[in-house]
Amino acid sequence: MSTVLDAPSEARALAAPADVDHLAWLESEAIYILREVAGQCANPALLFSGGKDSLVLLRLAEKAFRPTRFPFPLLHIDTGHNFPEVIAFRDARAAELGERLIVRSVEDSIAQGRVVLKDPDESRNPHQSVTLLDAIAEFELDACIGGARRDEEKARAKERVFSFRDAFGQWDPRNQRPELWNLYNARVHKGEHVRVFPISNWTELDVWQYIERERLEVPSIYYAHTRPIVRRRGALVPVTHLTPPRDGESVERVSVRFRTVGDIPCTAPVASDAANAREIIIETAAATITERGATRLDDQTNDASMELRKKAGYF
Amino acid sequence: MSARDKLPALDNGVLRFLTAGSVDDGKSTLIGRLLYDTKAVLTDQLAALHKTSAKRGTALDLSLLTDGLTAEREQGITIDIAYRYFATARRKFIIADAPGHEQYTRNMVTAASTAQLAVLLVDARHGVVTQTRRHATLAHLLGIRNLVVAVNKMDLVDFDETVYARIVTDFREFARRTGIDDAGIRYVPMSALGGNMVVDRSVDGEDRLAWYSGPTLLEILETTPVGVGTARAGFRFPVQYVSRPSGDAGRGYMGRVESGSVRVGDRVIVLPSGRTTTVRSIATFDGSRDEAHANDTVTVTLADEVDIARGDMLAKATEPAEVARQVEATLCWLDERPLDVRRTYIMRQATREVRARVTRLDHLWNVSTQAREPAPHALAMNDIGQASVTLASPVVADKYDDAPATGSFILIDEATNGTVAAGMIR
Repeated sequence: MSTVLDAPSEARALAAPADVDHLAWLESEAIYILREVAGQCANPALLFSGGKDSLVLLRLAEKAFRPTRFPFPLLHIDTGHNFPEVIAFRDARAAELGERLIVRSVEDSIAQGRVVLKDPDESRNPHQSVTLLDAIAEFELDACIGGARRDEEKARAKERVFSFRDAFGQWDPRNQRPELWNLYNARVHKGEHVRVFPISNWTELDVWQYIERERLEVPSIYYAHTRPIVRRRGALVPVTHLTPPRDGESVERVSVRFRTVGDIPCTAPVASDAANAREIIIETAAATITERGATRLDDQTNDASMELRKKAGYF
Repeated sequence: MSARDKLPALDNGVLRFLTAGSVDDGKSTLIGRLLYDTKAVLTDQLAALHKTSAKRGTALDLSLLTDGLTAEREQGITIDIAYRYFATARRKFIIADAPGHEQYTRNMVTAASTAQLAVLLVDARHGVVTQTRRHATLAHLLGIRNLVVAVNKMDLVDFDETVYARIVTDFREFARRTGIDDAGIRYVPMSALGGNMVVDRSVDGEDRLAWYSGPTLLEILETTPVGVGTARAGFRFPVQYVSRPSGDAGRGYMGRVESGSVRVGDRVIVLPSGRTTTVRSIATFDGSRDEAHANDTVTVTLADEVDIARGDMLAKATEPAEVARQVEATLCWLDERPLDVRRTYIMRQATREVRARVTRLDHLWNVSTQAREPAPHALAMNDIGQASVTLASPVVADKYDDAPATGSFILIDEATNGTVAAGMIR
């Protein structure tokens, strides 16, 4: 049918599962979901940040749609506080795939007065919602595909794979559409949209096992590297221009890796020597702390922080 | 359980199961116990658990692990299904945690639709009660062939074997009356609170259930065979999306094999149109294949230019499916607005959408008594009825029991776009 399909690389052939193991099952489900988006939605986009979950989504989209182009553009909501390595990786990956990447930035929302900060260096993570909803309106998107997983946080444990958002972008946990069998309902009226989560059923461990199996490249800061940090409230805080050391804190150089790579002011690394996916898998299996607990400073503030953000249109 | 034990070594794939029972049966505690004893609960969650338990003045309360949304905590209720994850060296598990009280039918039907096994919790003090029969009936109705009757709170009946034996006898009798195949039912006595027979047989070296020689709940979950593609229908390939590669390559029909298998060169029939052609190639991103089996997501090309769109289905010409404009179905009403037989709904079956009207209601199922009740005029939320559905254009009418993926459908209300009913073709 095409050279892409007729000439599998040896690596892929070796990695192909003999039976329906758990990764094959998860992959098949995710491909099915992506194709449902293509089949049901007029104007979808895939949210791509350069982070590991969205990189997994891109591989799944290749599996779903190659040799043709993706039936959706990639969209990144840039907080302006992202790690430069991740932004560079994002651009390189989009170019390599030859897919269209749209970037909308929280900086612009601030300049337009759509976002007002209390403190110029505060986390811009919650403010992404405004920029995202503006982008959804600008491109008249009826579906946004994202890499969120139900194991990340308890507010996500109850979310549908196809999750309805009203004209204000709001999620109403008490009024979700029942989701049965593989029958996903993406129907919306104008101005409404669905968020679609093809890897809802994956855990952090599954993601790393898939990265290893598919030999996916991820930004270097996911792997162990030496970085200046300070210790604050039990977390390691990277020393950056946005997060300078405070009075009385001593800066150490520690071998760390990031489990998530979000907005710099709310992303903390963990101490690690894991230099590749296999070592991360072993560390993840032995981990004693959750992904968000270890790395997301913003979720420590309130037991329901994620739930509140999601209701307001957050991813 | 060490870190390496959590890495799938013998990868038996994924088991999706649901837990049915009320808070009083210890369902949240059981799920908490499974997560805790398989080391799926991590330090920060545990710290939060200790903090909340202390605030409420209780010992470490594992049921808090499944505590959900703010609204639920405020009202002390569970409003929706939550999905939980854990893995052992043998399998990955997805738990659908369906609330027992609130809108139990709607939630239970939803959870059961994707589950291969149901854990029915029975309180050892109360035995088989209406709710147990209700949950078992719903699981059976949704085609779940593996039931585990978990007799919980054995600690409160002094781990008495005769109490357990009576409950097993009662449930067997109920299953026989209801037509639930005994071969698919397993029984296990346990104390989720203490941890007996959930993951470990004994607690602190003391085996209070020594008289029980069967497997623990986790061993049952790890070893129950749940083969993918056990559907009895032939090859079924609902077309999800049609790709048009540039150049002279033919159209690609993307989808997932829902049952049976197909090989390059097989004669296939396009349903519902009835045109036949031959499979030219089966492609995946990882290379082309000679054949595709159930659960494979592939792109199929065909020898002839046939008009095929999303919603059509490929079957083998040698094992064609029945096509019909009217189906008999079990309907579970899920919406607050009751069924209106004057209205037209959209039926989604696999990838096909057709307009549909409920033209006859035969009887209601009372899931508490397993009795048929006279034909109602409408179906309200949580009602389950037997109905005739008439369609604007034909669909493949596979029986749900033969092919769950193609024998199931939902009804959508065009005014709200909400999913208002779940249906199973009988």
